[in-house]
Amino acid sequence: MNKIILSFISALAILFSTSVVSLAKVVGDKIVLGAAISLTGKYSSNGVHTQNGYNMAVDRINSMGGIKVGGKTYKFDIIYYDDESNPKRAAQLAERLISQDGVEFMLGPYSSGLTKAIAPVTEKYGVPMVEANGASRSLFTKGYKYLFAVLAPANLYLDVAIDLAVEKNNGKGVTVAMAFEQDAFSQDVRLGVLDAIKRTGSKKVIDDKLPKELNDMAATLVKVKQMKPDVLVVSGHTKGALTAIRQISEMKVDVPMLAMTHCDAAKLSKQHGKNSQYALCASQWHKTLTYKDDFFKDGITYDADFTKEFGYAPPYQAAESSAALLVFKDAFERANSFDQKKVRDALAATNMQTFYGNIKFAEGGQNVDKPMVLFQVMCDDAGKCENKVVAPTKWASAKLIHPIPSWSKR
Amino acid sequence: MDFMVFQYPMISVQACLDGVLLGILFALIAYGMALQWGVMNIINIAQGDLVILGGYIAYFMYLYGIHPAWGVIVAPVVMYFVGIAIYKLVINKVVDRDLFISILATFGISILFMQLMNFAFGADVVLANSDYGTTMLFNNNVVLPNSKIFSAFISILFAICLVIYMKKSKLGRAIRATAQNARAAKILGVDTEKVYAATFGINAALCGVAGALISITFTIHPYMGLPYTIRSFMIVIVAGLGNLPGVAMSGMGLGVFEEFADYILGTEFRIGSVFLLLVLILVYRRFKLSRKREYLK
Repeated sequence: MNKIILSFISALAILFSTSVVSLAKVVGDKIVLGAAISLTGKYSSNGVHTQNGYNMAVDRINSMGGIKVGGKTYKFDIIYYDDESNPKRAAQLAERLISQDGVEFMLGPYSSGLTKAIAPVTEKYGVPMVEANGASRSLFTKGYKYLFAVLAPANLYLDVAIDLAVEKNNGKGVTVAMAFEQDAFSQDVRLGVLDAIKRTGSKKVIDDKLPKELNDMAATLVKVKQMKPDVLVVSGHTKGALTAIRQISEMKVDVPMLAMTHCDAAKLSKQHGKNSQYALCASQWHKTLTYKDDFFKDGITYDADFTKEFGYAPPYQAAESSAALLVFKDAFERANSFDQKKVRDALAATNMQTFYGNIKFAEGGQNVDKPMVLFQVMCDDAGKCENKVVAPTKWASAKLIHPIPSWSKR
Repeated sequence: MDFMVFQYPMISVQACLDGVLLGILFALIAYGMALQWGVMNIINIAQGDLVILGGYIAYFMYLYGIHPAWGVIVAPVVMYFVGIAIYKLVINKVVDRDLFISILATFGISILFMQLMNFAFGADVVLANSDYGTTMLFNNNVVLPNSKIFSAFISILFAICLVIYMKKSKLGRAIRATAQNARAAKILGVDTEKVYAATFGINAALCGVAGALISITFTIHPYMGLPYTIRSFMIVIVAGLGNLPGVAMSGMGLGVFEEFADYILGTEFRIGSVFLLLVLILVYRRFKLSRKREYLK
């Protein structure tokens, strides 16, 4: 009996050791990256977009010749774990990926909160991490050396809307009503708006903080009706965007400019139809932008290929996730090595264009070469709505409709 | 603190009306909780999750082109059977145990429901559009979405039907008898097991109606149930068990309190103020009880 148990344990040990070897950083022709992604829990929708973005890029890079390091060609492979949308779990999984699975290069999770949980772990082990979904400014002020974000930081999301409103007001300051959820990301967006208000000589008239559980912002909107600001800015993830549009349309709140975040993740035009018309939405990416690369060609092609593969149009969360893999490929080839330090230095020196946008990292790790875009929801008479880029002017595919027509005239 | 709500009288009127309409909806959920708490002595932590599940039923009807208002008929029917199933699987094993066990059991059900809803319906925030339009009052200074008025009206309708049912029907009388004294009811031939199952089913059905109304009026999400549980718990604590007018008044009071807290303290303290009020009421109740005990001594 003892013999049987002993041989069973030995078999398990052999199996375990081979599995560890097979999961190590670079095995044969594979570069193994690790990622903790929210496949369940409250971030699971965007977690899946992130994973699909990663997978799409892995397939594309592998099928187009892979990564050339030291005269040899390698392919990408990713080990995924589900972080259950829980920061503690995400940190544990990062530890596991690095210390048990031997992963030496990481991809980021979804959301600023989870990236904040993982970054200290990757930093401790000196593991380079390219992340695509953590935009909070606080990620880039901690002096992390191994964190690189392909996206623009959160404080740049809506400040462009204030600039636009000032421009429309002949350069004079405007009055701004703000409603922001109390989470790391939205509060960073708020700080950016506050900077813009100060810079442009504008004035904030309402500054509401929305709790995470909230699905009713009628009180804020009543105040907006009373104060009649020039701009209303809302950031509360998909929940904030959906609640705002529902209640603005039901309460017939007239405001010359409405700017928000997470419109495409909220499928605003699909869920609200014409009621979402004229809303300005901050976006990291839009398919009509004319950036190009060799793998996905451009935004329109990426949109078509992604839709074909996954059955839905890619939100910017998927596009930026795909871009993270392009950055890693470029860095490996320039480093011409799998040494973590060399790859880190190569990442820091990144200066490239992808279909998603230009990528160049500042010292803090944030991408400083890609502006945010604002699109406006525009609907035709049949009620078919489309998102059209209206700012910055360089990328605009339509003219901004300003001020928003009042509800009585719609 | 912002006292704008008092500077503009119309904002006070708006806050009161919003609060009352919202409170009526809360009261419906709380009445279900009071009913099963009174009959079975179970505090149902999964109450809010049953509400959200009811909301998803209306939402899916809306997705398939059926007007979500029909959800107020379909959701309670489906949820009644969901309630019976939960009773048969879990609740009947904890119904005679102490309160702590039932809280743990329903807490487990709550987590399970959240994860199952997330798994089945996804983590997206969704809503069902009723396109009911808006009612403008006082020279357009007060705005009431018709969906809120519809929600309050349906909630009142269901509450009236339930009161009549509890008074007139055989099962209603059996439920009331069991609530008063389960042992005596059993001796007199009431099948308390059936009564418990029906009570839990009726509670789930009420949650279904409320959920359908919430999907029409606000938004739903798999993890949004807990605030509804807390609110109904609070209403029941204030009103007491088996006291429908009390539940209605307490619900409306809570709705108005929330609205004013939102204006005065800020939106970020809206839910927090409910928790604070709950603590204050519990402390006050304890204080009152201890005085009563002194007197009895």
